[in-house]
Amino acid sequence: MNSLLTEKITAAKAAGRLGLIPFLPGGYPDKAGFWDVLAALDAGGADIIEIGMPFSDPVADGPVVEAASLQALEQGVNLAWILSGLAANRARLSAGIVLMGYYNPVLQYGLERFAEDAAKAGVNGLILADLPFEEAGEIRALLAARNIDLIPLVGLNTSRERMKLYAGNARGFVYFVSVLGTTGERTSLPDEVRQGLALARECFDIPLALGFGIKSPEQLKELSGLIDAAVFGSSLIRHLDAGGDAAGFMARWAK
Amino acid sequence: MKKGYFGDFGGQFVPELLMPPLLELETVLNEVVRTDDFRARLAGELRDYVGRPSALTRCPTLSERTGVDIWLKREDLNHSGSHKINNTIGQGLLTKMIGKKVLMAETGAGQHGVATATAAARFGLSCVVFMGALDVERQSHNVHRMKLLGAEVVAVESGTRTLKDAINAALRYWIAEQRSAHYCFGTAAGPHPFPELVHEFQAVISREARAQFLERAGRLPHAVVACVGGGSNAIGMFHEFLPDRGVRLIGVEAGGSGEPGCFNSAPLNLGAPGVLHGMHTQLLQTKEGQILPSHSIAPGLDYPGVGPEHSALQASGRAEYGLVNDAQALAAFQALTLSEGILPALESCHALAWVLENAAALKGQSVIVCLSGRGDKDLDIVEQNLG
Repeated sequence: MNSLLTEKITAAKAAGRLGLIPFLPGGYPDKAGFWDVLAALDAGGADIIEIGMPFSDPVADGPVVEAASLQALEQGVNLAWILSGLAANRARLSAGIVLMGYYNPVLQYGLERFAEDAAKAGVNGLILADLPFEEAGEIRALLAARNIDLIPLVGLNTSRERMKLYAGNARGFVYFVSVLGTTGERTSLPDEVRQGLALARECFDIPLALGFGIKSPEQLKELSGLIDAAVFGSSLIRHLDAGGDAAGFMARWAK
Repeated sequence: MKKGYFGDFGGQFVPELLMPPLLELETVLNEVVRTDDFRARLAGELRDYVGRPSALTRCPTLSERTGVDIWLKREDLNHSGSHKINNTIGQGLLTKMIGKKVLMAETGAGQHGVATATAAARFGLSCVVFMGALDVERQSHNVHRMKLLGAEVVAVESGTRTLKDAINAALRYWIAEQRSAHYCFGTAAGPHPFPELVHEFQAVISREARAQFLERAGRLPHAVVACVGGGSNAIGMFHEFLPDRGVRLIGVEAGGSGEPGCFNSAPLNLGAPGVLHGMHTQLLQTKEGQILPSHSIAPGLDYPGVGPEHSALQASGRAEYGLVNDAQALAAFQALTLSEGILPALESCHALAWVLENAAALKGQSVIVCLSGRGDKDLDIVEQNLG
């Protein structure tokens, strides 16, 4: 089956631009307005939207995303709320939808039940930050049976051998982590990123998205040609925290 | 069995960015740590620096009072005051041998931080220790000791500001600094190969205890008992007795105040299987998979998870896991101090308390309790609770 996520990024590329993938924790900044914020991101040009599944111990996240996730948890956001809300609001969103989070909440929800409910809610892809290739077999099969892509996360220290391992059954897009560190904005990207992206490009035959550490749309210009899409979370959260709106944020990235 | 698993438990649930250093460490475990050269160098350090073998002490007064023949494996007599040094000297030595420059760690009570800082000083390595901000306040003496030993202590303000948050911060730091830093994991938990690595270094406890008891008593004990937080002293205490099916292996978890529903540190008794800090193991968690705050009067037991090997030993029935509350641990502290002249760490008091609470059933039997550390660090807590 075709991957909607691949198609979304390919379509952006055909239009001569990078695919745009904003990230926001489910229920952030508040439960009541969350789906409207998502609709605004969608209308503002998001090709794919990543919804964070909040977890109490997010080891791969930087301080901005962690604080936003904990705030969502305090408001009672959980996986069931996200999945049922998405099912009710999916028709408002034309972007591809990816859920991103950690393994334990999904495991406790029940892997099969999760795959089933995610498919019903219109989820197209899943990123689990603490599930490397070796541990992912069971959930990958459950997702694949429902045409949901398990997105591989690779980075600057991922060897060619391990990239090939992931590439063997990768679908959707590859998420390349731009820094040896956690999520969060940085003013410049390391030099090694170019080499890492070139290696990923060589190993995978699906679109390549860059995430972690991207602060501004201007940073993307130097990467044009090296990547197909960009993921940005912390900068969006900070924009919303400062009182900005989602439409205004997307307008900067979409131009 | 799947690599890095003990039964259904263990694994490597980490961001891909941590897989390269974990795979490197697995190679180091097999190609450096398990060589004769490494073992000889480690044995020298344990003998001449740590002060091993540690004593096996019989408790005549407590034995007479309870009718149970009680012995203590004296890890409190080790240099720096606890079993933690067995592991940090091992990991410090391997860090030196593989050419990394920084020994980094997380700590709850501060004992592992002190032991890591000690090992770093011993081997000429830089040291960075992550500690929950709440623990920094609770364990100021140990923070001071770490700083005197040259370590940088980073107070972690996120989450519950305790050990689990310190581990999160340490894992993040390791992602960024993996090329120069070795993560000296403090207990037999975390992603593979840490449980195996720490097990390797702590097995010396039971290797000595088994031989010492055989020599002194001419037979094996009926049971060995150790407290379980992450579970490294217990894994060390159990290891050599695993094939001795007649020896009961008893781990003791911290039940907190003991009331139903109270915060505790007893995932084996009161938790459920899940994934945290790189491992599939028993965890204190909500039904939605969010990790619950833990509590124990002993800061070193204050952790919502447990090493995966313990989860497997419980599942297979080879080891049993009891529960002791704060008040019972304090009573054991008083009992040992007054009757034998030994001030035990509050962590170890949980193990001793289990024996005292179950004395009637153990009557006439011989029991070795792992005295994992000395109680000097806990005097403020003891004073607050006993006056």
